[in-house]
Amino acid sequence: MARCMSLLASSRMLTRPRMSLAFTCPTQILTGIVPGKAAQQCLRWVSAAPMLVLAGCGDRQSALHAHGANARRILDLIWSFSAVAGATWLLVMLVLAAALLRRRLSETTRSPLEIDSHQERRFAQAVGSAMALTVLALVMMTTASFFAGKSIASLSGTETLAVRITGHQWWWEVRYPGDDRSQSIVTANEIHVPVGEPVEVELDSLDVIHSFWVPNLAGKRDLIPGRPSQLTLIADKPGTYRGQCAEFCGYQHAHMAITVIAESREAFEAWQSRQNAVASAPGGEEERRGQQAFLSTGCALCHTIRGTPASGTVGPDLTHLASRRALAADTLAMTPGALAAWIADPQSIKPGAKMPRIALSADDLNAVVTYLGSLE
Amino acid sequence: MSGIAGKPAEHTQEALKGIRDTGLEEVRLRTFLAPAWRTPKGLYGWLVTVDHKLIGRRYIVTAFLFLILAGLSALAMRFQLAQPEAGHIGPDLYNQLFTMHGTTMMFLFAVPVMEAFAIYLVPLMIGTRNVAFPRLNAFSYWVYLSGGLMIWIAFAFETGADAGWFSYVPLAGPEYGIGKRPDFWAQMVTYTEVSALAVAVEIIATVFKQRAPGMSLDRIPLYVWSVLVTAFVILFAMPAVMVSSTMLILDRLVGTKFFDPAAGGDALLWQHLFWFFGHPEVYIIFIPATGFVSAILPTFVRRPVFGYLGIVLSLIAIGFLSFGLWVHHMFATGLPQLGESFFTASSMMIAIPSGIQIFCWIATIWGGRPIFATPMLFVLGFIFTFVIGGLTGVMVASVPIDLQVHDTYFVVAHFHYVLVGGAVFPLLGAVYYWFPKITGRMLSERLGRWNFWLVFLGFNLTFFPMHILGLQGMPRRVYTYPPASGWGEMNLFISLSSLVVFAGFALFFLNLLLSLRNGRIAGDNPWGASTLEWATTSPPPSYDFSRLPVVTHREPLWAEPDVLPVVEGLRVDAREVLAGTVADAVPQVRVPSADNSIWPLLSAIAVGGAFFGSIYTPWAVVWGAIPVSIGFICWFWPKGEPEDEE
Amino acid sequence: MRHRPVADISHLPTYDFGSASPMWWGTLAFIALEATGFALAIGTYFYLAVLARHWPIGAPAPDLLPGTAVLAILVASVVPNHMIEFWARRQDLAKVRLGMVVMSIVGILPLIVRIWEFPALRISWDQNAYGSIVWFLLGLHTTHLLTDVGDTIVLTVLMFTQKGKAGRRFSDVSDNAFYWDFVVVSWVVLYLVIYWVPRM
Repeated sequence: MARCMSLLASSRMLTRPRMSLAFTCPTQILTGIVPGKAAQQCLRWVSAAPMLVLAGCGDRQSALHAHGANARRILDLIWSFSAVAGATWLLVMLVLAAALLRRRLSETTRSPLEIDSHQERRFAQAVGSAMALTVLALVMMTTASFFAGKSIASLSGTETLAVRITGHQWWWEVRYPGDDRSQSIVTANEIHVPVGEPVEVELDSLDVIHSFWVPNLAGKRDLIPGRPSQLTLIADKPGTYRGQCAEFCGYQHAHMAITVIAESREAFEAWQSRQNAVASAPGGEEERRGQQAFLSTGCALCHTIRGTPASGTVGPDLTHLASRRALAADTLAMTPGALAAWIADPQSIKPGAKMPRIALSADDLNAVVTYLGSLE
Repeated sequence: MSGIAGKPAEHTQEALKGIRDTGLEEVRLRTFLAPAWRTPKGLYGWLVTVDHKLIGRRYIVTAFLFLILAGLSALAMRFQLAQPEAGHIGPDLYNQLFTMHGTTMMFLFAVPVMEAFAIYLVPLMIGTRNVAFPRLNAFSYWVYLSGGLMIWIAFAFETGADAGWFSYVPLAGPEYGIGKRPDFWAQMVTYTEVSALAVAVEIIATVFKQRAPGMSLDRIPLYVWSVLVTAFVILFAMPAVMVSSTMLILDRLVGTKFFDPAAGGDALLWQHLFWFFGHPEVYIIFIPATGFVSAILPTFVRRPVFGYLGIVLSLIAIGFLSFGLWVHHMFATGLPQLGESFFTASSMMIAIPSGIQIFCWIATIWGGRPIFATPMLFVLGFIFTFVIGGLTGVMVASVPIDLQVHDTYFVVAHFHYVLVGGAVFPLLGAVYYWFPKITGRMLSERLGRWNFWLVFLGFNLTFFPMHILGLQGMPRRVYTYPPASGWGEMNLFISLSSLVVFAGFALFFLNLLLSLRNGRIAGDNPWGASTLEWATTSPPPSYDFSRLPVVTHREPLWAEPDVLPVVEGLRVDAREVLAGTVADAVPQVRVPSADNSIWPLLSAIAVGGAFFGSIYTPWAVVWGAIPVSIGFICWFWPKGEPEDEE
Repeated sequence: MRHRPVADISHLPTYDFGSASPMWWGTLAFIALEATGFALAIGTYFYLAVLARHWPIGAPAPDLLPGTAVLAILVASVVPNHMIEFWARRQDLAKVRLGMVVMSIVGILPLIVRIWEFPALRISWDQNAYGSIVWFLLGLHTTHLLTDVGDTIVLTVLMFTQKGKAGRRFSDVSDNAFYWDFVVVSWVVLYLVIYWVPRM
């Protein structure tokens, strides 16, 4: 009992102030050095806002760090549009400043209706040429946009792999359709893809509209109930890319993230075959007790663990839960403490989530955590 | 149509009734006009008045109160977002806050405040004594007020709308909408649409028919052109949201299946209908704001606007084009590529008429002698920020760029640049500009300058970084974000900057309150402006002008600064205005103008009751129809003299 | 400011017909916004029809009889409607009174037939999206009809009181007739959509 309390307490400390550990900068995890909070803050302030555009961890969720053909094509377009927009704005402001500050010939008070017709003609010419330039710039930008769109569209049809994603309030169901049903993989909130290969992501939703968006890899695409759609992803280099639901979908829209893990073909296939297997049987007394508790207290009504009688389909498939990096659509890192905290009281961590609080004794809770932790 | 010649006998008899203003001295004139146009004192007078100035004023005040509510919701959101994973405001309240913020700003502040200024200013600027349908005008205010009160009272009872200001289905639909929240949202929309449509109808009829003799189409002030175009945009855009919000409420209340894909409906249908209204909505707010600029600028550079015709044609072009852009809100839904390209092109095209206006204004400044009074500062601040908003608008019109920035803080930044920079800045300028006319007193210039710089700097510091946040991947409408996202510092910076904007607005309201009591007395035309509203006293009398003006020039008060040409022969013992031909404003009819009446208010209560009841039962519409019809019959039933009608 | 009288308008009438009257423009504006509403509802009908695999969804095409009867009555009403408009412009009180009584009756008739028209759609509003949109279209037009008939009856009563003698009433009658034409035209379009599109 006491052990459980301390486990909970420590998990609270882990989860409350900074819930998501999954995306702490990897360098910090590696070196284990976390500078004093104040010093850290100072350092960041010095590096100033504009620097943030260029700086940051490579894996951070951002459209400015493109790691896929789709995102890169868009980023090029964003930069060129920004350049044109910036230049235009500057030009307009310079002319405005000149108009305001230019030296006026005489200060004599004349009637506001005395108009210099020569000047009017020059104005007409100036406005006319400015408009011609505007039209030219717009035509160029429309054309650039069209070709960028075309080149992104040309990615589709070349895919070597299909992933089927279904949006739920507030998590992502991920399926890899296999040749036969037994070969198909079901997981949640995490996609594995072979690096450098175009992947077709098929999107659908069973409740409200969501939007699938992994900014480092591609633009977004909505998941609309009754209107399946698709998107092509390529990851150029191995890594972990965070994505997030981009269409407001209710209470926990903020905690509906997804991770794309790009790895070598071999690593991907190894992951695939591990995921294909049914869940490992409980290995010890504690794990057996955990499985019992899982099956008897109602968890199994919503969750599936293949290889056990648990076959609910409301919540995520937990067959290989422990192999995932994060919990509750990237709300918590996958640690035993976080898992315990999540099961003990999901509503305080993710208010509104569909997972209810289930009364478990402390020992049962520990056993369930141990059991789920074994589902690699 | 049937001319003055060959009129039937009865016609002539009526034409000769009443006491006329012909040859009356100014003092005598007033002793007749004041009782004829008066609003009774006290609460009763407040309830029955149909004076466009009183209604316009209360419209403006109400809209600014809603601005304060929406602004405070924004401040609460910035408090929550200042730090990652902050726990000040949970998702339930946060979702209500951003929905109420957007809904209030769009439906209860921006559109009504633009209509409000039009209601106040148009009759004065075109030289008449009231809008064409004064009772409809009163009715529209009461309906607007009840809609606004209803949704905020619902919010106070934790039934605030929470599905975003565009309430996408299925999230707002029968299955996923929470409690009665979406129903309150949908009915509030219906209220405000009814009121906006009423105003649009009366503005069109007023501008078409009641312009001062001689105010031909090419002498209409640019501001009046802008509200006329806006009224047409309202007329064709608002029915879309009425149709869609009715369908939403029917889906929720009686189980129709418009948006249910399992029964042949479609979730995207909502988006098409909503944005068919929603995009023009932006222009309903923006077009009158450009009208403010075209009214303020010439006064403070001491010359007429360059390119009058170009600006009028641009306004009309913007009005038309605004209906061809709605799909650019839906690029991420995956429409066919050809269709997307069409909407990219049309979205970019709207930059052309907007550009023409900007260039014409700059040319005007070049040719004039700028005076840097507060209204002028807001106009300059407008050009500075709106050009940024317009250019980021060109960016989001590109489908591939939109797929990255759609529904992120980049878009939040973009539309605040367009709506705050493009509409609120000119609006604040307009308040400084016309406050002397409305109240008779000047606003403090010193506070005005502080007000301008705080709002201008605060705004840019708050919203410019949001572009970067959006590109860095921060989606909008999230109540929190993970610390590791790297968005924390910039969010803190934004939240702190928003306090500067808040301080700027606090100064604005302070200036209003102080100047209302202690401001310098303005006089008729404190800025030396050229349009007709400055030809009458500040504040104007209940009858606006003691004699109706005649217009011989586009800038009448500059053409004849000391003497106002007027018509004679109108009745002074009863409310009467002049109606003329649409193109050339040649007088045709002396039209009786409606007197005060309680029935617009009672009808609005009946209509409001029916709408409110329909949130709970469809029978409310059936039973509600009875009081509504009684209200309308009494409203239109002529009392006493035939002049007493609408 | 000093005033300088430049024109005398004392001879102008206090009411006139058609586009000379602000009321006529108000009526036109209301017609425009209602027509937009109808157009969008009809647009929705076609949008749903294009999405559906079979149209109408899960129902036979509606019965023609009641809708056609309404059409016949409304089209026939155009004749007395235009006669009224003519009499109103001539300010012939006796004939206008008679005409208004006729128009009130002609207005109530289609409302009675409409009671049979809803069941003739042969689908309920909550069955599927097709049912929803046809009920919506018919409901929209019924509301429209109801308000204008209400208007007509009130104006008819008014014409029989002292107030009916005011010249301005004739202008109101003429605007009312103008609006009735729109009620008829909108039904012709809606009739074709509701009854004939499913038969194509």
